Amino acid sequence: MITVAQAVVRCLEAEGVSVIFGYPGAAICPVYDALSVSSIHHVLVREEQNAAHAASGFARISGKPGVCIATSGPGALNLITGIATAYADSIPMVIITGQVSTELLGRDVFQEADITGAAEPFVKHSYLVKEPERIAGVMKEAFYIASTGRPGPVLIDIPVDVQRVKIEFDYSFDVSVRGYKPTLAGHQGQVKRMLAALKAAQKPLICAGGGIFSCHAQKELRGFAEYCKIPVVTTMMGLGAIETEHPLNFGMLGMHGQRTANMAVHEADLLILIGARVGDRAVTTPGVLEKRTKIVHIDVDPAEIGKNVDVQIPIVGDAKVILTQLMEKAEPMDHVNWLNELDKYKKPAVYQQTPDKINPKEFIHTLSERAEADTVFVADVGQNQIWSAANCVLRNGRFLTSGGMGTMGYSVPAAVGAKLASPHQPVIVTCGDGSFQMEMMELATICQEKLDIKIVVMKNNRLGMVRELQKNDYAGNYTAVFLDGGPDFGKLAAAYGIPSLSISRPQEVDGALERLLSQTGPFLLECMVDPEESSL
Amino acid sequence: MKQTVSILVENHAGVLSRVSGLFSRRGFNIDSLAVGVTDDSSVSRITIVVDGDDYMLEQVEKQLNKLIDVIKLRTLPQDEIISRELMLIKVTAKSDARGDIMDIAKIMGAKISDITTSTMTVEIADTAERLQTMLDLLAPYGVKEVVRTGTIALQRGGESITVQK
Ligand SMILES: Cc1ncc(C[n+]2csc(CCOP(=O)(O)OP(=O)(O)O)c2C)c(N)n1
Ligand SMILES: [Mg+2]
Repeated sequence: MITVAQAVVRCLEAEGVSVIFGYPGAAICPVYDALSVSSIHHVLVREEQNAAHAASGFARISGKPGVCIATSGPGALNLITGIATAYADSIPMVIITGQVSTELLGRDVFQEADITGAAEPFVKHSYLVKEPERIAGVMKEAFYIASTGRPGPVLIDIPVDVQRVKIEFDYSFDVSVRGYKPTLAGHQGQVKRMLAALKAAQKPLICAGGGIFSCHAQKELRGFAEYCKIPVVTTMMGLGAIETEHPLNFGMLGMHGQRTANMAVHEADLLILIGARVGDRAVTTPGVLEKRTKIVHIDVDPAEIGKNVDVQIPIVGDAKVILTQLMEKAEPMDHVNWLNELDKYKKPAVYQQTPDKINPKEFIHTLSERAEADTVFVADVGQNQIWSAANCVLRNGRFLTSGGMGTMGYSVPAAVGAKLASPHQPVIVTCGDGSFQMEMMELATICQEKLDIKIVVMKNNRLGMVRELQKNDYAGNYTAVFLDGGPDFGKLAAAYGIPSLSISRPQEVDGALERLLSQTGPFLLECMVDPEESSL
Repeated sequence: MKQTVSILVENHAGVLSRVSGLFSRRGFNIDSLAVGVTDDSSVSRITIVVDGDDYMLEQVEKQLNKLIDVIKLRTLPQDEIISRELMLIKVTAKSDARGDIMDIAKIMGAKISDITTSTMTVEIADTAERLQTMLDLLAPYGVKEVVRTGTIALQRGGESITVQK
């Protein structure tokens, strides 16, 4: 017989979990006690939200559910923003929280918070484990639900008395949830209809979203696009689904996207959405789009199809499986005229030069070109996110950011998770000076874990994106966007023993990048940016 | 347009709050909601009457289906529904009004379930529309209190919604 807490750890081991992110407290101590004798590596973050973001970064790079753990009440509550951020981007995650003792539940005792209730809108599913014998079943279901279908966070709340109960442990059973049967293969009839529509189309276009990564379909996407010569645009979550400089890649669409991509969407007569949910930032005029274009929507979540845009041909299923089905039946095509037309819009980026000012867009472009091909770029939120998304040259690396929720403070902790998931891949953070101040406590985690993470802080001394909004929509009434009082980031880094450099002039970029990219171990680069610089 | 959705769910704590939370979060309007256990004690059946257009109904179905606790659901075809709602009405009834109220109850297929010197409590199980008629008929006597269960419904004919064992 083992305790429920020990069973939790045994389940994690059986699920192949190697790293978990967390922060302890009284209500989760039995699990921590059991963890201490496990081979699972626990990473002590400096605030629970960052445990969730780190688990998210880990999940996105490892392709397996990220795991985070916290205590009851404030610990669990601090996780919520991280959970919601993962939910918005469909990231697989298992969250384990301690809860007050069963007999005290509902009495508003010390550090009691109804976390399953509070997190309900942001989880794929949740459990409050009151029956000790259920733990193995719950754990297995949680990993299964988090990682299949449309991935998402699953929360397991365990009262501290339950954690101490001894049970008979067995994990050798098959999981089956009668209310949950995700569809994998696309309906053959719909696949045929889509291929017929493709044959009839003059100007087909693929729009690839984050779903491509959820099911690891990058290769299939590229194969299908190349075979049928279909141009591709991506959402922000889909960045990197196909290499930036691939001749069929026409960039990121949407409000903050590139003109080429938006022109392509405007001109297309058949739009094939794959693992993209037609969010409002990607498609700003959904009502208009479907009048112009025939739309095929491939998504594992049927609820996304027809939610934001009318769809003629829905195909529910796993994008990787469906792309394989399409490849089996498709005939090669060329679409020469259409590609020529689009090529005309494609212009090499010209970066405006201002004496003595670093152009942040060009900076990102150069940084990404000079970085290793498999670099993981982790962008925060704000103008820096738009600069990064639009100018990062991706080859076989990745681009991680909080796309759906736009959560400031995502990048550094997510980078911690990404680095631990794939230690040999370079990891570079680009963040704003506002966002960085929401996450800079994680420099300690980077040091404690000895992680080779490079951080670029784009310093405009402003909440730049809000300032830009105030400039354009509020007649320049700048309020609450000045970051005066912020620390000297170089000195801050030094306090953690992290080397750093600050640059403000274009001539300094070259040397700084040389230093950043050749340094082993963590490094912080402060890049001064003109507050007047615009997002686009 | 009103639609009746029947939902089979896991019979455990928290399920009803998940379902109702989803409705409020997504701005779906619930006209009525009724829930009870089925012949299989691990399964409850929720009947929800929603008011909305086809787009909303499709979203209701799809979003409900995403809940892990929802095992199966079906929107019952409007013209093939047997629906019932139970209502208890306490109405002012001095001795001179008793006869009239009993006549109304008889015609409407209702029952008198309680009586005092000054009130009568009428019990009726019927469709939502018939319940409204009953209320209108009793209004002139002075309605003191009303309670309704929310609609439950089955589809006419041999079809059924069940969970495979
Ligand atoms: C947690 C959180 N709070 C507030 C916002 C609103 N917001 C969006 S961008 C932004 C400014 C970000 O400033 P900074 O990190 O310095 O980036 P910059 O825009 O200056 O590049 C703010 C406050 C947000 N996205 N997330
Ligand atoms: Mg800033």
